[in-house]
Amino acid sequence: MSANELIRSSAAVMAAKLAAGEVTSVELVQAHLDRIAAVDGGDRGVHAFLHVNTEEALAVAADVDARRAAGEELHELAGVPIAVKDLIVTKGQPTTAGSKFLEGWMSPYDATVIKKLRAARMPILGKTNLDEFAMGSSTEHSAYGPTRNPWDLDRIPGGSGGGSAAAVAAFEAPLALGTDTGGSIRQPGAVTGTVGVKPTYGAVSRYGAIAMASSLDQIGPVSRTVLDSALLQEVIGGHDPFDSTSLSDPSTGLAAAARLGNVEGMKIGIIKELHGEGYQSGVETRFNESLELLRGAGAEIIEISCPNFGYALGAYYLIMPSEASSNLAKFDGVRFGMRTLPTEGSITIERVMSATRAAGFGDEVKRRIILGTYALSAGYYDAYYGSAQKVRTLIQRDFAAAFAQVDVLISPTTPTTAFKLGEKIDDPLSMYLNDVATIPANLAGVPGLTLPGGLADEDGLPVGIQLLAPAREDARLYRVGAVLESLLEAQWGGPLLDRAPALAQNSAKEAN
Amino acid sequence: MSVDTILSFEEAMEKYDPVLGFEVHVELNTKTKMFSSAPNEFGDAPNTNVNEVCLGLPGVLPVVNKKAVESSILIGLALNCKIAEHCTFARKQYFYPDTPKNFQTSQYEDPICYDGWLDIELEDGTIFRVEIERAHMEEDAGKLTHMGGATGRIQGADFSLVDYNRSGVPLVEIVTKPIEGAGSRAPELAKAYVAAVREIVKNLGVSDAKMERGNVRCDANVSLRPYGQEKFGTRTETKNVNSLRAVENAVKFEIQRHGAVLDSGVKIIQETRHWHEDTKSTTSGRPKSDADDYRYFPEPDLVPIVTTSEWVEELRSRLPEPPAARRKRLQADWGYTDLEFRDVVNAALLDEIEETVTAGASAAAARKWWMGEIARRAKLADVDPAALGVSPAVVVEIEKLIASGAINDKLARKVLDGVLEGEGTPSEIVAKRGLAVVSDDAPLQKAIDEALAAQPDVAAKIRAGKIQAVGAIVGGVMKATRGQADAGRVRELILATLGVEG
Repeated sequence: MSANELIRSSAAVMAAKLAAGEVTSVELVQAHLDRIAAVDGGDRGVHAFLHVNTEEALAVAADVDARRAAGEELHELAGVPIAVKDLIVTKGQPTTAGSKFLEGWMSPYDATVIKKLRAARMPILGKTNLDEFAMGSSTEHSAYGPTRNPWDLDRIPGGSGGGSAAAVAAFEAPLALGTDTGGSIRQPGAVTGTVGVKPTYGAVSRYGAIAMASSLDQIGPVSRTVLDSALLQEVIGGHDPFDSTSLSDPSTGLAAAARLGNVEGMKIGIIKELHGEGYQSGVETRFNESLELLRGAGAEIIEISCPNFGYALGAYYLIMPSEASSNLAKFDGVRFGMRTLPTEGSITIERVMSATRAAGFGDEVKRRIILGTYALSAGYYDAYYGSAQKVRTLIQRDFAAAFAQVDVLISPTTPTTAFKLGEKIDDPLSMYLNDVATIPANLAGVPGLTLPGGLADEDGLPVGIQLLAPAREDARLYRVGAVLESLLEAQWGGPLLDRAPALAQNSAKEAN
Repeated sequence: MSVDTILSFEEAMEKYDPVLGFEVHVELNTKTKMFSSAPNEFGDAPNTNVNEVCLGLPGVLPVVNKKAVESSILIGLALNCKIAEHCTFARKQYFYPDTPKNFQTSQYEDPICYDGWLDIELEDGTIFRVEIERAHMEEDAGKLTHMGGATGRIQGADFSLVDYNRSGVPLVEIVTKPIEGAGSRAPELAKAYVAAVREIVKNLGVSDAKMERGNVRCDANVSLRPYGQEKFGTRTETKNVNSLRAVENAVKFEIQRHGAVLDSGVKIIQETRHWHEDTKSTTSGRPKSDADDYRYFPEPDLVPIVTTSEWVEELRSRLPEPPAARRKRLQADWGYTDLEFRDVVNAALLDEIEETVTAGASAAAARKWWMGEIARRAKLADVDPAALGVSPAVVVEIEKLIASGAINDKLARKVLDGVLEGEGTPSEIVAKRGLAVVSDDAPLQKAIDEALAAQPDVAAKIRAGKIQAVGAIVGGVMKATRGQADAGRVRELILATLGVEG
């Protein structure tokens, strides 16, 4: 198998080849490093990576190869490389959160998920690009420049986790970690033709993920196949004593669910409020096609109404900025990161904090801090934050009522396919609308998965199909997702990414 | 700094009725901090007892210290509070460099302990009930030291140093309801209240309770109103008054200052005040309004704390005897007069005397040693008597040696010297230093003969029947034997030698 074929395999196939001795982890990691060097840098590069972790990744790979040669029992994914969204702190590599504020900052500790990757001996290829502090739907709000969509380099890869999705879509990594507060794993997955999962809130420890909105944030897997995401969630999930909101459930049975292979008799609900008007026609067509395939496989498709979903976006844009305004208060230039002195006047602590925050944060971050600070202010709290929390309860009730009738819910992941870079950067409201279908899951804490549903007829760009399950029933997503994936791939004659255009190989040695 | 005009306390009390309120912060002595595994240790090198959580680094999350919750419940129970079955944390948001996250994780709407009371005994035995509004959990801030400048405050400082060792130390904030009706005893009540809280948390073992280290810190609220008026006057909050005497003085000063301000027809400004020990006065801090906007909201990184009745009852069963009840019991047991007992309490020697009595000494002997020789030496060494290095067991052993006649009081003091020099147990010291009372008559007789020969005129007086003159000869013998003789025996032998009936 050539290096080019190797990097296009799924993580599960790579793991099998490593176990069978057909390839070494060093070869596998090197093939990905070469791919990153070939397609990530330069003016028209994908720019999925903010940092490439060459030395450590190769060292971990060599260690895995040595252990395997010595007959040591290794984790199933040992030696399979992974990319990490640069919102998650890592020892030995910079963590920037896509912000100038943290340029060059080295975390003295590893996030819990990173500890788990290290325990499984998965080489970390590097840190991927994102909208600053994960605030955005296009990676255009990254202080280090946008990531490009491998399907069309003039289009956005989604956000905030556009780097992780693009890296996986461009075969720069078989797996990646993302974080999802309102759709930051799923929307990039949809527009890049990849798989992404936001697990149940609390299923994966948030310790070491730089917080945007604590009650909504969740770390999750990014991959090219449903099974690969299941395998990765099993690695990173489970209880963590360092995260008080983490669930006690073990992260087992997910890959087994993905391998089950049937949906016979399952009830699948179409959410009336999350398709139709406002959704691109090519998105609707592909969505209906997926429904037909599932029906053909023996699932019962039922239309469900979630009447309060219409308020979800509004509630989200009060709760998220409120929590973000508080979580980002620590970025003050006192203990870590950037410090900027006022250009004139006295150097007092208030003025240094103010100058630092003015210089360190981008416009979208400032917008959300201002919104959130306002929403939490005395006299406004009840009307804004308080009301939003009530809406949240109503949305949870909508989900509870829906799941009393069906096993999983289904919708398009995003209303449209990838838009052009720069198209919505000056129109925050239109940017926010990208998350209309993904936000309800975060507000309710339920798990959601996106998988490629095909290409929209009008623009030839990927469409995402979203599945939602009750809290702690992540396995259902993997079960239904894997079945739908295999039905679609049978129709296409292979993975959707086979249809992505070849990327120009540039001469740049390595991404920055 | 302008000097405030103040009324005499008596004049202020004639015209105005004081209303008090206290916020007492108690630092818990848990091994680790409120929300992180960093050590909770006082006095270590700055910024060594820290980790990523209490430094507020990106990505960290808090985890509640269960021991701190238990300590908080114990405090609540000791203050006769109700314990919430379900309570949450909230973020109190303000930018300040001693607060690493720029918010303090505290409790807001639903404190863990609420609606309690504490009976305070004033010096003359009057009982005054103070109602407790709430006792809630929160975390301490780091410690700022402002360098340069005249005042030691941030204004005018050249730079400031931050020590995050204290950042995240568990705190319980005990808030009283407004205290009305204390009248002219308000300053005394203030001191007695804080002393009682300090004593309770110390007795519970949940805090080191050292005010000089800031383990117990008091913010004292004072307002005045004309007698007969129901509505409270405008209050001021004097921050961080950190000794019992200062609490008393600060309340007294603020009453006097408020009185003068009100007399002049001016309104009191609602503000914080700083207490100055050197001038025994307060100065203006920052304006404080009830509408200070801390943008409180529920802490999303923590789940609610649920207290089961089994848990609370188990904790209640661990409550030690309340200090006031214990004092009553001990005074009765020991038979001390009110004055004697108050001296013992003021010297903070209750525990030591109790242990000494338990170990076998009489109450009178225990008091004699602790309040006498040990207290005297402690004062010379400038330490607390309890910290001098004399254990109750030593006192008991010395008393036994005296009772058996092995040593006398004078020798016992030398034994104590030996103990403080680290020479061993009292018995070992008696042996090593050769301090045992001389009871062999032969060497005594020799010393007596010499003493009589040295003072023939005294010997003559005794022979002539002036028996009281024997003291001079006894003194000479005791001097010659370096105090090791039994004075009674010496007297007998002198009289026998001179052929006089004693």
